[in-house]
Amino acid sequence: MAATVTNTDRVIDAAIGGGGPRGRGGNGFRKNGGGHHEGDDFRFSPARYRVGVWVAIASIVMLFTALSSAYIVRSASSNDWTPLVLPKVLWLSSAFIVVSSITMEISRRSLKAQNNRGYRLWLTNTLMLGIGFVAAQLFAWRQLARQGVYMASNPHSSFFYLFTAAHGLHVLGGILALTYLLLRTRRKTDTVEGELKRVGAADAATVYWHFLDGLWICLFLLLFFWK
Amino acid sequence: MAEASHDVAHRHEPPKSFIRKYIFSLDHKVIGIQYILLALSAVIVGMLMSVLMRMNLSWPGTHWPIMGTLFPTGAPGGVMSAEFYLSLVTMHGTMMVFFVLTTAPQGGFGNYILPIQIGAEDMAFPFLNMMSFWVTFVGFLVLLLAIFAEGNATVGAWFTKLGESAWAGGSGTVGSIGGWTQYAPLSALGKVAGPGQGAGVTLWIISIAIFCVGSLLGALNFITTLLNMRTRGMSLMRMPLTCWAWFTTAVLALLSFPVLLGGGILLLLDRIAGTSFFIPGGEYVSGALIPNHAGGSPLLWQHLFWFFGHPEVYIAILPGMGATSHILSTFARKPIFGYRAMVFAIFAIGMLGFFVWGHHMFMSGMSPYSAVAFSILTLSIGVPSAIKTFNWIGTLWGAKIRFTTPMLFAIGFVSVFVAGGITGLVLGQTSLDFFFHDTYFVTAHFHLVMGVASIFGMFAATYFWFPKMFGRMMHEGMGKLHFWVTFVGVYAIFIPFHAMGMLGMPRRYSNFSEYEFLKNSHGLVLFVTVAAIVTVSIQLLFYFNFFWSMFKGKKATDNPWEATTLEWTIPSPPPHDNFAGVVPTVYHGPYEFSVPGAPRDFIMQTEPEGVEVTAGLGETSGNGGNGHKH
Amino acid sequence: MGRILAIAIWFITVASLWMFLSHRWWFPEAISEHGPRVDSQFAITILVCGIAFAAAQIGLGWTVWKYRDSADKQRATYSHGNNRLEVVWTIVTAVVFISLAVMGQRVWASLHLHAAPANAYRIEVVAQQFDWNFHYPGKDNLLGRTKPEMIDDATNPVGLDEADPNAKDDAQVKTLVVPANRPVELILESKDVTHSFWVPQLRFKQDLVPGMAIHVHFTANKVGKYELACAELCGMNHFKMKSYMLVLPENEFDELTALPNDKGQFLTRKDQLLAKYPLPTY
Repeated sequence: MAATVTNTDRVIDAAIGGGGPRGRGGNGFRKNGGGHHEGDDFRFSPARYRVGVWVAIASIVMLFTALSSAYIVRSASSNDWTPLVLPKVLWLSSAFIVVSSITMEISRRSLKAQNNRGYRLWLTNTLMLGIGFVAAQLFAWRQLARQGVYMASNPHSSFFYLFTAAHGLHVLGGILALTYLLLRTRRKTDTVEGELKRVGAADAATVYWHFLDGLWICLFLLLFFWK
Repeated sequence: MAEASHDVAHRHEPPKSFIRKYIFSLDHKVIGIQYILLALSAVIVGMLMSVLMRMNLSWPGTHWPIMGTLFPTGAPGGVMSAEFYLSLVTMHGTMMVFFVLTTAPQGGFGNYILPIQIGAEDMAFPFLNMMSFWVTFVGFLVLLLAIFAEGNATVGAWFTKLGESAWAGGSGTVGSIGGWTQYAPLSALGKVAGPGQGAGVTLWIISIAIFCVGSLLGALNFITTLLNMRTRGMSLMRMPLTCWAWFTTAVLALLSFPVLLGGGILLLLDRIAGTSFFIPGGEYVSGALIPNHAGGSPLLWQHLFWFFGHPEVYIAILPGMGATSHILSTFARKPIFGYRAMVFAIFAIGMLGFFVWGHHMFMSGMSPYSAVAFSILTLSIGVPSAIKTFNWIGTLWGAKIRFTTPMLFAIGFVSVFVAGGITGLVLGQTSLDFFFHDTYFVTAHFHLVMGVASIFGMFAATYFWFPKMFGRMMHEGMGKLHFWVTFVGVYAIFIPFHAMGMLGMPRRYSNFSEYEFLKNSHGLVLFVTVAAIVTVSIQLLFYFNFFWSMFKGKKATDNPWEATTLEWTIPSPPPHDNFAGVVPTVYHGPYEFSVPGAPRDFIMQTEPEGVEVTAGLGETSGNGGNGHKH
Repeated sequence: MGRILAIAIWFITVASLWMFLSHRWWFPEAISEHGPRVDSQFAITILVCGIAFAAAQIGLGWTVWKYRDSADKQRATYSHGNNRLEVVWTIVTAVVFISLAVMGQRVWASLHLHAAPANAYRIEVVAQQFDWNFHYPGKDNLLGRTKPEMIDDATNPVGLDEADPNAKDDAQVKTLVVPANRPVELILESKDVTHSFWVPQLRFKQDLVPGMAIHVHFTANKVGKYELACAELCGMNHFKMKSYMLVLPENEFDELTALPNDKGQFLTRKDQLLAKYPLPTY
């Protein structure tokens, strides 16, 4: 039985079929290995950032799952559970973050369509809305503090502060990422690898941003509408 | 799309300055060595602590002048106090589990070897890789600070200024005293619950939280790298088993460390922010009712901790299993027996590892029905472990074994893993746990698997890959002596622990003289202490060999062991970008040894096709249903 | 080297097996109704463990002895494994392990998945750093109400509420006294941190968790005095959080538990009985 070079065949197929930023980003799931399709070098593929961000999201989901299960257990474990009244400003912050997902998506698509000006504009809008979100959350904290509701006041308030703080920290991380992207649009990239990285990073940041949006909606529902 | 010409076959320039080369390096090889050095430091602290514990148990009440000088509060007059002993227990466990078993196997060897074995230039995110080490290092420093905050009156007083209960320091212990498991509410109440429960615990939580972040950054890198950066021809089923092990370990870490982080945050808040996640109402501690806390659940801490804690022990052992498979095959000059089954077993262990955490909690007061479920799942996890053991022995059957030092440790791994793992059958049963929970029988079990098997995996890996890392061989004579004394020594230490467990000896006792039912244990205790002192002492030989050989060892060739995987195709030590800009192509699986008709008794993964492969001796191949595509 | 390694492995195997087979360090005698069932389940399990341990170590030793490298030109056997063998030993292992697992639930189920029998004598156990408190219901067989606010470590460690009429005849002492051959229900509580109730001869252990009242039951069937130890790290004096479980003949037990404790009658009689019975010989 002759050993055939079917693996090499598949590599060549993939190289022909793909290429460029949206090419068959070597995801490596298929037998032909990942990442190395075009020529004899260790070419970067945008899938790297995409895989990375999904992996990161998996771990963040586990963190919030742990905290949520603590929330659910605690709500049942004694009779001192008095949920807070929903601070009205949270409707505003929720609106901010939902809209920011839309603007981020517009930004990403602009970049895909090679519309750099649109990319930068909508990225800035997203950043503003993100900052607005954090500001609104902090405002909610201030409101509660003025009413004398602090972290240790009752178990529900403990979780409220905890969830908003943990989520907010991750949003700050997202804001840093968006700021970095924005600064990078100023720098001209004239290498293929640089351009691939720029697009890959924007893609990954978008996925992350949508995740933060979805996560906030889940937390919002859990805190104020779960019974 | 314009093809910019200057980055085709572009080799990244290596860094020039000392700081960028050896301190804040982005090179996975340097980072791997940094993790190994961190583990080598932490393990000395852990071993010293265990020797002190043994001395206290064997000769309680003895005046040790040096102890009196170093720890005047914790060991007044040189006699170790009970709280001092308990802080040793706690910090020994913490140091070893986190800063030794969760650093060197994965962050150390995994970081160094994985990218090379899959044919990559570096990890997917070199900057994050560097951050993962330095974050872990900061966690280590904070843990050391916990030792001083509790042990030193001056440092302790400074911390006490931050808060009387949660930050109270200077108790004379070497850090906190709640055990590495820090059960609430003992760990949540603060200083009122006793000495060592002040700054020591708060700093412990902060240290571990930092460690969680470092670990998660590492896991992210491993998973992305393995999924995305394998070279041409390196399909998943051609990866060495080491890579499968590191990958699964990374997935376990990714999904379990965030839960520990969550639990740690809740515990910290209970201590410093007045919350009641784990503190119930009606607490009456040290003569006074505790106001301002109610409704919390101590069991919640245990669930969160062990949901992390169980996958953690598989994080500690899986890399060692991968290394053992790899090294056994190499020095047996035989393919690993049942490659597919081995991959399946690694997955099964990893996945089942998430569903058994309740076996640490049978006696905790949780629902006895869930205990039954956890118990049955726990014994199921023995099945993939058994498969691996059969396959290791199967690899040695019909082999042509070369007894190098790494091979001795790999064989030793199989022996001690069986010894430690088999008692899982006892401890996993609810009915038997009535007797054995929190006795030395448990301590025997987890030390043999974690403290011995895992360490043997690391020793095997060290002796095996040292030539590649440093371009020199470790001294064989010293290595063999190290193996023999350690192998006999660890059995002498830990087999008697089972006997102590049979007597009913509880864990975490600083002294056994209070109970009649323990009076027949004294001979065992002394025997173990002597064995421990000898075994710990011989590790000095290993340290000497390690550092001496770096400079004076015999120069190593590219492939001194005649192994087959990609790391042995490049120079020892490798160039900065591993493959000198050439993308390797893989044509074979990783364990093609003794192939009939081949010119040598090994075929490297990169050797081109053209070698006829025939089925061996009428047995079906364990490597795939579509024929011999190696 | 292969031969020496094989011999070392086999020597260690024999020594380890001897340690168990000699019974030189073994369980203390079982004194409860379920105890012998625990012991027989252990015997079956340790037999399986011993066989598996010995087989693996002997197999390992044999392969390193027989297949050590020799100077001849023969290569190792080229084989990637044997699927049929894999299936067989996986199934056998799974059957053995799962059978053990299922068998290992029986005693647990009999104690924990059924409520205490109706005639069980109830005692409230309140653990604290570093002491055991046992609250007896007295002649009316009703346990008085307790409240944390009423706790005084010296005079009223369990926090008995004197306002409750059921509390009038209750006694609280530092020793556990149970009748032989009659089921006992313990209500396990803790004042401060998690402790664990552990009497080796009883073959029984249970954590006491603050904020919970955990009901357990068992039947002791051998008269005598047995040490009670704490089995969950609770602070610096965890190692000497000690008490005793006194198993009394029915008549002595009934006589004792009918005594009130307003003038220390229960305490005095209990101390007499404690002195009367010796610890087992070890």
